[in-house]
Amino acid sequence: MFDTALTTSDLMFLAKGAGMTLAITGVSVAVGTLLGIIFGVIRVQIGPIWSAPLTFILDIFRSVPLLIQLVLGNAFQAIVQFGWEPFTTSCVILSLYTAAYCTEIVRGAIDAVPPTTRRAARSLGLNWTQDMGYIVAPLAARIALPSWIGLTLGVLKDSSLVLWLGMIELLRASQILITRLQEPLFILMICGLIYFVLSFPIARLGGYLEKRWSPND
Amino acid sequence: MFNYTFHWNQALRSLPQLLEGALVTLEIAVLSMVIGMVIAVFFTLFRLSGNRYLNAFAVSWIEIARNTPALFQIYMAHFGLGSFGIHLSPYAALLAGIAFNNAGYLSENFRGALKAIPDTQSRAGRSLGMTWLQSFRLIVMPQMFRVAFLPMTNQMVWAILMTSLGVTVGMSTDLAGITQALNARSFRTFEFFAIAAVIYYIIAKIVTLGARLLAARMFRY
Repeated sequence: MFDTALTTSDLMFLAKGAGMTLAITGVSVAVGTLLGIIFGVIRVQIGPIWSAPLTFILDIFRSVPLLIQLVLGNAFQAIVQFGWEPFTTSCVILSLYTAAYCTEIVRGAIDAVPPTTRRAARSLGLNWTQDMGYIVAPLAARIALPSWIGLTLGVLKDSSLVLWLGMIELLRASQILITRLQEPLFILMICGLIYFVLSFPIARLGGYLEKRWSPND
Repeated sequence: MFNYTFHWNQALRSLPQLLEGALVTLEIAVLSMVIGMVIAVFFTLFRLSGNRYLNAFAVSWIEIARNTPALFQIYMAHFGLGSFGIHLSPYAALLAGIAFNNAGYLSENFRGALKAIPDTQSRAGRSLGMTWLQSFRLIVMPQMFRVAFLPMTNQMVWAILMTSLGVTVGMSTDLAGITQALNARSFRTFEFFAIAAVIYYIIAKIVTLGARLLAARMFRY
């Protein structure tokens, strides 16, 4: 039958790598989303001209390859002697990367709330905080959620690049096993399957929500 | 204060080399987009054809391309195919990986664009005596490209950024590869990668701007 040198402890090693992938993704998405909401609200609030510097800086994170960003971030933290672990560096860079995309999503979602609705709220006597909390947030969240799910999955996949900083996440773990066992196809298939299982159901959920919540049909 | 002296001169002196690498990067991105687009058009046909097996093939390709990392796909092309006796050079593996990825995402773009084109269009074509394929090629496809043009531009920028992953499989002639080679020789990591980042940024901006100008000219009513 099919013959492999892969043992249970090797599978555990892969699972640990997957755990690292999930940890980096979780931290980065949490921090990135928080920053993205703050930046997005700021951008809507102060208008395109005053937020131009912020837009420019965030645009850099979307126009430079993530791999280059990670290497630069790592070199930078070494130069200013922060003494960060690779995990911290990876999370910081990935958070900013997530924030850059999340800002766009939040901005688009807030812009999509009809101004008349917001004016109605204000004329009912709600102040800005209440308007944002009770009127804009629920409406904007519906619009933003499918794209946000897409972003989260994007970060999950892009987090594989942190292997360049020496992090042992899922892809790096499989590479180590390949070097030892010399069964590249089989191990890569397992690795791909894990990524697929993590990503596919959530992608389907995002597609379903998008279809169900789209305002036009 | 930082115990570190920047040596920008040394990095800037290698600028011609880096720009040569940028050309290779652009070449891979364009090639992968062309290959990806051809495959994606076929997948669109497969999905429309109603043939179960062709549809299943297209859907599984698309789902794998969209739900696994691009880096994994490049690894698969470089290390995985070795099990079948196919040994690709880093250049070919990188191109194959990105083209595979592009094909998946572009198919989804095309599918979204097709929704914006009413059925009546192809039916009108059919009633004028065109075959199914003719009405797709002459009536539906041009409109599909028009609707999908903006997402395709985004995918092109993605393709450029993805070429930087080649360095992980030993690619040494594209921008990221040359930067890494120079870095390995001089240990001026920050300087070299900062310059590479600027070049990537400029390329991405030129492509976005060029596409916008092109769209304004081509899609004038």
